[in-house]
Amino acid sequence: MRDYLEFEKPLREIEEKIEKLAAAGSPKHSVQEELRKLKTRLAQEEVELYSKITPWQRTQLARHAQRPSVLDYVNSFCRDFQELHGDRAFADDRAIVGGFARFNDQSIMIIGHQKGRTLKERMERNFGMPNPEGYRKALRLMRLAEKFRRPIITFIDTPGAYPGIGAEERGQAEAIARNLFVMSRLAVPIISVVIGEGGSGGALALGVADRVLMLEHSIYSVISPEGCAAILWDDPAKVPDAAATLKMTAEDLYKLGVIDEVIPEPAGGAHRDPDTAAKRIAKSFTTHLSHLMDLTPEQLLATRDEKYRKMGVVLELTVQKI
Amino acid sequence: MAWFKKQKGNGPPTSPRSKSVEGMWLKCNHCREIVYRKEVDRNNKVCPKCEYHFPISVSERIALLTDLGTFKEWDANVEPSDPLEFTDSRSYRDRLKSQQEKTGRKDALVIGEGTINGRRAVLAVFDFGFMGGSMGSVVGEKFCRAAEKAKAGNLPLVLVTTSGGARMQEGILSLMQMARTSAAAAKLGEARVPFVCILADPTFGGVTASIAMLGDVIIAEPKALIGFAGPRVIEQTIKQQLPDEFQRAEFLRDHGMVDMIVERKHLKESLSTLLSHLS
Repeated sequence: MRDYLEFEKPLREIEEKIEKLAAAGSPKHSVQEELRKLKTRLAQEEVELYSKITPWQRTQLARHAQRPSVLDYVNSFCRDFQELHGDRAFADDRAIVGGFARFNDQSIMIIGHQKGRTLKERMERNFGMPNPEGYRKALRLMRLAEKFRRPIITFIDTPGAYPGIGAEERGQAEAIARNLFVMSRLAVPIISVVIGEGGSGGALALGVADRVLMLEHSIYSVISPEGCAAILWDDPAKVPDAAATLKMTAEDLYKLGVIDEVIPEPAGGAHRDPDTAAKRIAKSFTTHLSHLMDLTPEQLLATRDEKYRKMGVVLELTVQKI
Repeated sequence: MAWFKKQKGNGPPTSPRSKSVEGMWLKCNHCREIVYRKEVDRNNKVCPKCEYHFPISVSERIALLTDLGTFKEWDANVEPSDPLEFTDSRSYRDRLKSQQEKTGRKDALVIGEGTINGRRAVLAVFDFGFMGGSMGSVVGEKFCRAAEKAKAGNLPLVLVTTSGGARMQEGILSLMQMARTSAAAAKLGEARVPFVCILADPTFGGVTASIAMLGDVIIAEPKALIGFAGPRVIEQTIKQQLPDEFQRAEFLRDHGMVDMIVERKHLKESLSTLLSHLS
């Protein structure tokens, strides 16, 4: 049985019935007929449920414990992954993983947040919340990729950069700022994909790219809906409202012009069918990489520069001189 | 109609005298001592007891750093819009309107050009009074323009920060300003144009995690609170009390995060000397 979220309860009930009937294994025609009906109903309910999914429900999907991670995807569509460790200054932050891998016969650099699945693994990986050394490891690997002219693909999935004493002492802000600064001018193609939670500056620190993609049920926001509800409403019951108001779904970001593509997920989310999700991501990478690899470094930088220079909405009254 | 309608506020009417007496004294944000306001004002808004540097306004900051009458503001008419149609207890549009009325400014960053001891420089100064100096699209846009003009004219860029971070009401677009402004700083760096940051109290969140930490040289004002995560968030996360003087300028200097701490009375001279080394 899979892990159900609260709002997926109607599906759970149907699936339980199906499992019971199937377990009984009766060859009777009426039972088989009933099973067939239930399966149709399940599919219909699923389509219905996910067609009117709210931003807060999406947030829960984006944070789903079973959601595939960067390492799952790399193992599914890359070969020869060589994980590289450490920032050469302080430590190896396990909330970020990175290394060379082969994708479609092309050697690339993969970097991503890794939350971990079991409680033990989650603790080891600090729930995907990097410390400065994580960002500095990522930066070191990106510079390595640039040196050997390898494209970079980053996977974003973090609640945010870790807010701790050590993180502040070692310059969390500087580490994030430095990544934004360097990524904006790295002379190799960069693709970022938000696969789960894009938590503010801690996500963006791996997300300055030529193409920014998002999985359909992932989210990307300047602040978590919980944080926003606490600050602006001072009321935890307003979390779902905050999730909607912040416009943090893939669809919202696409409309706002912040991302380049929404990658559709299998019914019920990537965790329901990781292979299909991986295939769709890989297909999207192939398309974008082939375009980006055709550009000269100068063209690449000019296009990236223009992309970010335009990001934002302002009004300006211009007074014409007569 | 009731003739005995209660006055709002319920308390006894405050006499003008008590109000002015109250205004004569000030409680220091750092040492919590009560200090004489005039003495603070005479002292560049620095606490006479503990040397804490009180926040100063944008015009006071510009007057402090530039030669008298040389500052010319640019692009004061760039205005925020409301791309998310954001509403919490109040709509973002409403908030903007009241902040604009209060400050006489369209948004939280002032940019322009002036001279510092005769040396031309581009300035960008955050206004904490405008929605906590938060960075949205207008702040991002104006910082980029300041950086571009600095680059075009080969003039040093001096940034003064006081900010709570990214502006929540512009959602993901405010987050993107971190990338946008950092990219502008990177191009300035490639052109070898000096970029100096002065961090004043307080500087937090998305502003620290972008342009504030990207200066060729970073100066902090004494006792200024500077950090990525706010102290309350950290306390709630780690469930421990934070050490004394955590995230103060001196803490950052001791951890290697800022180049120097300069008292306000020496700030212009230090900046001027520094710029002479850089340009």
